[in-house]
Amino acid sequence: MKSIQELEAIRKKTIDNVNQRKDRTTTRIVVGMATCGIAAGARPVLLSIIDEVKKLGLPDVSVVQTGCIGVCRLEPIVEVIRPGEEKVTYIKMTAEKAKRIVDEHVVQGKIVDEYVMHVVDGKVVNDYTVQKD
Amino acid sequence: MEFYRSQVLVCGGTGCTSSGSKDILACLKTEVEKRGLEKEVELIRTGCFGLCELGPIVIVYPEGAFYSHVKPEDIPELVEEHLLKGRILKRLIYHDAIEDDKIKSLNKVGFYAKQERIALKNCGVIDPENIDEYLAFDGYKALEKALTTMTPQDVIDEMKKSGLRGRGGGGFPTGLKWEFAAKQKNDQKYIICNADEGDPGAFMDRSVLEGDPHVVLEAMAIGGYAIGANMGYIYVRAEYPIAVQRLEVAIKQAREYGLLGENILETGFNFDVEIRLGAGAFVCGEETALMQSIEGKRGMPTPKPPFPAVSGLWEKPTVINNVETYANIPQIIAKGSEWFSSIGTEKSKGTKVFALGGKITNTGLVEIPMGTTLREVIYEMGGGIPKGKKFKAVQTGGPSGGCITTENLDISIEYDTLVSIGSMMGSGGMIVMDEDNCMVDVARFFLDFTRDESCGKCTPCRVGTKRLLEMLEKITEGKGTLEDLDKLEHLALEIKSSALCGLGQTAPNPVLSTLKYFRDEYIAHVVDKKCPAGVCKALLQYTIMDDPCKKCGICAKTCPVGAITGKVKEKFVIDQDKCVKCGACMEKCPFKAIVKK
Repeated sequence: MKSIQELEAIRKKTIDNVNQRKDRTTTRIVVGMATCGIAAGARPVLLSIIDEVKKLGLPDVSVVQTGCIGVCRLEPIVEVIRPGEEKVTYIKMTAEKAKRIVDEHVVQGKIVDEYVMHVVDGKVVNDYTVQKD
Repeated sequence: MEFYRSQVLVCGGTGCTSSGSKDILACLKTEVEKRGLEKEVELIRTGCFGLCELGPIVIVYPEGAFYSHVKPEDIPELVEEHLLKGRILKRLIYHDAIEDDKIKSLNKVGFYAKQERIALKNCGVIDPENIDEYLAFDGYKALEKALTTMTPQDVIDEMKKSGLRGRGGGGFPTGLKWEFAAKQKNDQKYIICNADEGDPGAFMDRSVLEGDPHVVLEAMAIGGYAIGANMGYIYVRAEYPIAVQRLEVAIKQAREYGLLGENILETGFNFDVEIRLGAGAFVCGEETALMQSIEGKRGMPTPKPPFPAVSGLWEKPTVINNVETYANIPQIIAKGSEWFSSIGTEKSKGTKVFALGGKITNTGLVEIPMGTTLREVIYEMGGGIPKGKKFKAVQTGGPSGGCITTENLDISIEYDTLVSIGSMMGSGGMIVMDEDNCMVDVARFFLDFTRDESCGKCTPCRVGTKRLLEMLEKITEGKGTLEDLDKLEHLALEIKSSALCGLGQTAPNPVLSTLKYFRDEYIAHVVDKKCPAGVCKALLQYTIMDDPCKKCGICAKTCPVGAITGKVKEKFVIDQDKCVKCGACMEKCPFKAIVKK
């Protein structure tokens, strides 16, 4: 049982974790894990990120699952929110790409341009299907 | 495993192919091999990007350089400059893509930025299995405000003033429904969440339950307080296992924090929630059938009146609301009815979540203020029709709705405007169709569904949907007559006016709406015995074209029923009576000499 004051304390404590604006103090990695994400293969992505963060012993980094982000065909989606930085949305992730994101973006601060959305005239072009002859 | 340092994507869609992308790919192959780069550069032919006016398109990774209007003559320079020397060939880059094409944050993309996410506020942002994260974004503050500073009547007044209407499809004013139930004098009342979501192609409710289950719990507690109920049921379809699991976790956590159970927030208010699973019946999404199902009986609708608010679950006053309706409620209480009623139009307040599916580029969920036009939803947020195809119609409201055509694309999305053109808002499923969809087949598909899901209690629906389906199947098999079209329309109208529940009353809608806007397609099926969209198998003919045909005989060998006869180096012919329209011959023909018409 929590009193109203206790609930308010929990709110104040947690807001830094979930805050998506630049004034946060820790890094948050969010992986889309609704039916759309899981069907697209988000579980191995989530596990790969958790593994890499643990392996590198990164402090102040939380890895969280979330619901449907809204653009289901671009799943698996990983969003990285670092202190002082705007949220970065990576699309069509795989376990290997996710590992690279942790190593380059989370640790060194280098956004991996290749995996963000490439939008031309309102269409996301790095979501393509390969045609076999 | 090969490791390529660069990928070159060449668009192989119909548009780019007709402007020469095949030659470009061939040139690329030659140039790459000439310079010995085959082990470092991977050439990939892709499907259509949907930007056909910019074709032929070539995209080079890892830079993501977007080259447009590429010609085979440009390839040697492209390979030399970009692939060998690593210098982007500026003169071929699409001018609008130089600075802004790498959009880092989803919040900045056009199709996301135009949305107003109220029901989906927390979806994709918080961890749904962590109550603390729900609390962080003012979770359960609305419940606190209601229980400690408002009377039940205050809550109902706020709901009425907000103008919130049921998001399950009925569009009935929520505040009014709560007031009816509150006025009943009874020692036991119930509040139910309808999470059955049976419409094919709809997944709005699923996403709310998987992404933000606590919003439903908080809203139900607020509703229970307003009407005087201390017990709630969430009726979820069993086909949503992740949603069920997330709800179970949320209920457990809410109980641990004392936000469900006895003496909530020390105000003396008791309220608890239990989950009840559906079992695969579309009709159990109808509120009276749903209540029968919770009572352990076969899900069959009962006549209204009496309405659930007066006599519902176990004959007690019951309020039933849809998941998305609940998702709006905590914010209405916390931010006030004026804030909510400032969004949307005069008769349709707030926002609506749509699940975009079918022939559309950005499949997914969009939440837009009421009053947005269909054109904006389909083209701006949905990204238009893929593969450069032409838009034909959009079905809203699933099997209960009607199709909307190009002439009505600029209509403002509101409950009443959609009904006025023969469709309805429905739960929010939006299935987009293009030139390759046959509207007669679409009507047949929906009738097949409703006939299967009919509970069988009333004759108009039980027999009527079956007869409608039989007539539609006759038409798609090429055995229909013009008289059948009149019979179809007549029967549809009869069923609409005499069926017991919403399933039967709305099942004829796809038929009536396609007959109204696409009568020419029906006539083509019935008079010319042809399917203009090329879908209805029985009306298609596979023919071998004399010109590209090299008389090799591969088709005859492939045919599983021996319908193709002929001699090598002479003519080959398909016997239409034996042909089963499997299409294997067309697939195997190396000269693309077989067509389907």
